[in-house]
Amino acid sequence: MNTEMFDPELMDYANRDPRLPSPVDEGNADLGIDLEQRLDLYERQQVLRQFEKRAYDMFLQNLVKGTSHLSLGMEAVSAGFGAAMRQDDYTFATYRGHAHTLSRGVDLGPVMAELLGRENGLLKGKGGSMHLTSVEHGMMGSYAIIGAHLTIANGAAWSAQIRGTDQVTVCFFGDGTTNIGAFHEALNFAAIWKLPIVFVCENNLYMEYTPIDLITAVPNPAADRAAAYGLPRIIVDGNDADAVYMTALDVIAKARSGGGPSLVEAVTYREQGHSRADPGKYRPKEEVEAWKGRDPIPMYHQRLLGLGVSEGDLAAIQQDVARRVDEATEFAKAGAPPGTEHLMTDVWSDGGAAWRN
Amino acid sequence: MAELSYRDAVAYGIAQEMRRDPQLVMLGEDIAGAGGVFKTTVGLLNEFGPTRVRDTPISEQAILGAAMGAAMTGVPVIAEIMFSDFLAVCFDIVANEMAKSRYMTGGQMSVPVVVRTANGGGSRFGAQHSQSVENWCMMIPGLKVVAPSTPADVVGLLAASIRDPDPVVFFEHKSLMATKGDVPEGEVIDELGQAKIVRAGTDATIVALAYMVPRALEAAERLAEDGISAEVIDLRTLVPLDTNAILGSVAKTSRVFTVEENPRLCGWGAEIASIVAQEAFWDLDGPVVRITTPHIPLPAAEALEDLAIPSTDRIVRTVKENLD
Ligand SMILES: Cc1ncc(C[n+]2csc(CCOP(=O)(O)OP(=O)(O)O)c2C)c(N)n1
Ligand SMILES: [Mg+2]
Repeated sequence: MNTEMFDPELMDYANRDPRLPSPVDEGNADLGIDLEQRLDLYERQQVLRQFEKRAYDMFLQNLVKGTSHLSLGMEAVSAGFGAAMRQDDYTFATYRGHAHTLSRGVDLGPVMAELLGRENGLLKGKGGSMHLTSVEHGMMGSYAIIGAHLTIANGAAWSAQIRGTDQVTVCFFGDGTTNIGAFHEALNFAAIWKLPIVFVCENNLYMEYTPIDLITAVPNPAADRAAAYGLPRIIVDGNDADAVYMTALDVIAKARSGGGPSLVEAVTYREQGHSRADPGKYRPKEEVEAWKGRDPIPMYHQRLLGLGVSEGDLAAIQQDVARRVDEATEFAKAGAPPGTEHLMTDVWSDGGAAWRN
Repeated sequence: MAELSYRDAVAYGIAQEMRRDPQLVMLGEDIAGAGGVFKTTVGLLNEFGPTRVRDTPISEQAILGAAMGAAMTGVPVIAEIMFSDFLAVCFDIVANEMAKSRYMTGGQMSVPVVVRTANGGGSRFGAQHSQSVENWCMMIPGLKVVAPSTPADVVGLLAASIRDPDPVVFFEHKSLMATKGDVPEGEVIDELGQAKIVRAGTDATIVALAYMVPRALEAAERLAEDGISAEVIDLRTLVPLDTNAILGSVAKTSRVFTVEENPRLCGWGAEIASIVAQEAFWDLDGPVVRITTPHIPLPAAEALEDLAIPSTDRIVRTVKENLD
């Protein structure tokens, strides 16, 4: 056996050299985004942050059961894309989909209630945290089998093409997802059919508990693969809502005008573990601290202050969001557990579950 | 009435539905320009054009994923998976995605997809291009499963599957492609979940599916020569399952035989045996007997493949032995 392949030091992830964030690009303060739009981006990030912090508190109180994957630290990606999308565009997300669901304008209450497994949940308690969906908002689902939803997202884009609408599909996934076959099938398929779709890789540097660079043949898991599908290499600072927003406007406009698919790699970091059960100990401390210093929300807060917005105005936004999160929490807690009648509904289009006469 | 081959009935049935619904599209490997490797989609590209009849790369997950995504956003899709054995490559989309999405989303999502696929043995193709895998699909909540045995059923059940808002896996049998039968004039539309008594009898019920139906009928013919009157039921759809047809027949004959091409374990006949045992026990004069392919990968050589798949001889022999 070739023992060189098994270097135990390599597997001691917490003591590796940290992967540090790039410095903030101060030039992004001058991207020409108007202030109203920026305040909207700020509010969106506040919603995602405060909602998920509350969701986390409720795990600790054992009100949220099962598993749950938070996007704390990654909010700028969903906020930036959410702001750039049109109301009738389609979103496809992974099990880490709370933020992408909320950024399509889905009410906070039913989402929170779904996490609590209540009847007033978005999915009547039948889907849970990993499957948030709201068809009426164009949120076409959160999918928990790695890679599958890239191919499904293609179908929504194909359908828009067939129906002659100019709807765009945006599909989010992680860095780890770039190593599964479905990713490659989907990218090739979208390219040859010139589908109106944007693939967004949220590169948070880890596939579950394993650093992405140790298990991927190229340093940038998405961007370095783009050329294989005839697509340009696009990397964006996923912690900078302005940068994400501008990139999103670009690639969405390209898709809408018939220019075909794009693959965007947004580099970011999750501030917590992979899921509820994971303390995230496999990451170098220095790395976690450095990325916390690049937290998208304080960074954006500073930028807005620099642009002349007052602390008072930002505090007012924060408080308004806090009130909405409180209301959502109350709404969720007040929900009853799903009635037994829900067990045997919604398997078939007739509403039932009968497989025989 | 027009006489059509089973193979031509596929394109005939698809064309009927594509004329009716201008939104309906189809995709798959080699289905457009080449008319399908089994020539089941010949002529469709010409009539409906390249936007509605589309060749794809060898990307089974991408094919079924695209079908699902289009269907959930208002465009019904017929997707072809060339050989049913290849369903294993994209089974995630079938079993985890299409089948579960309505339930998981609290009823928000509808996925009107028909996955057509060439199923079954008799072609000497060996174990990776011959298996009968209808039982793979039957065990997934949320999937409908159809397997016609005649050209008329191909047309009528295809229409029913396409018009059904739920995902359907539609098994076309490779060894039936060249068989012929009458298809009624005009629009043909059948119903899912309805078995057919294709031969009436009083001494034994033989339940069969797809390629096993003509064999069961032949066997019944030969049993009749020996004074045994066998009733033959063509199940046609596994989900929904027409248990009334089976239980009604058992009440009359008191004996049940299943003829299954799938390998033994968890074949569809096991479910039927269990239902009959539980709900018609007191109607029975003897045990339910399953006649199946043994629990082996299917061999290629003629001599061995013929031994593996239930033959008319084996059906006749088994029924006689058990009725004595
Ligand atoms: C096909 C499949 N394999 C494995 C898993 C288990 N799993 C869930 S999340 C995950 C990591 C995915 O990493 P990445 O794509 O980077 O997304 P992230 O969680 O970092 O957002 C794994 C391996 C799965 N859900 N599906
Ligand atoms: Mg990751």
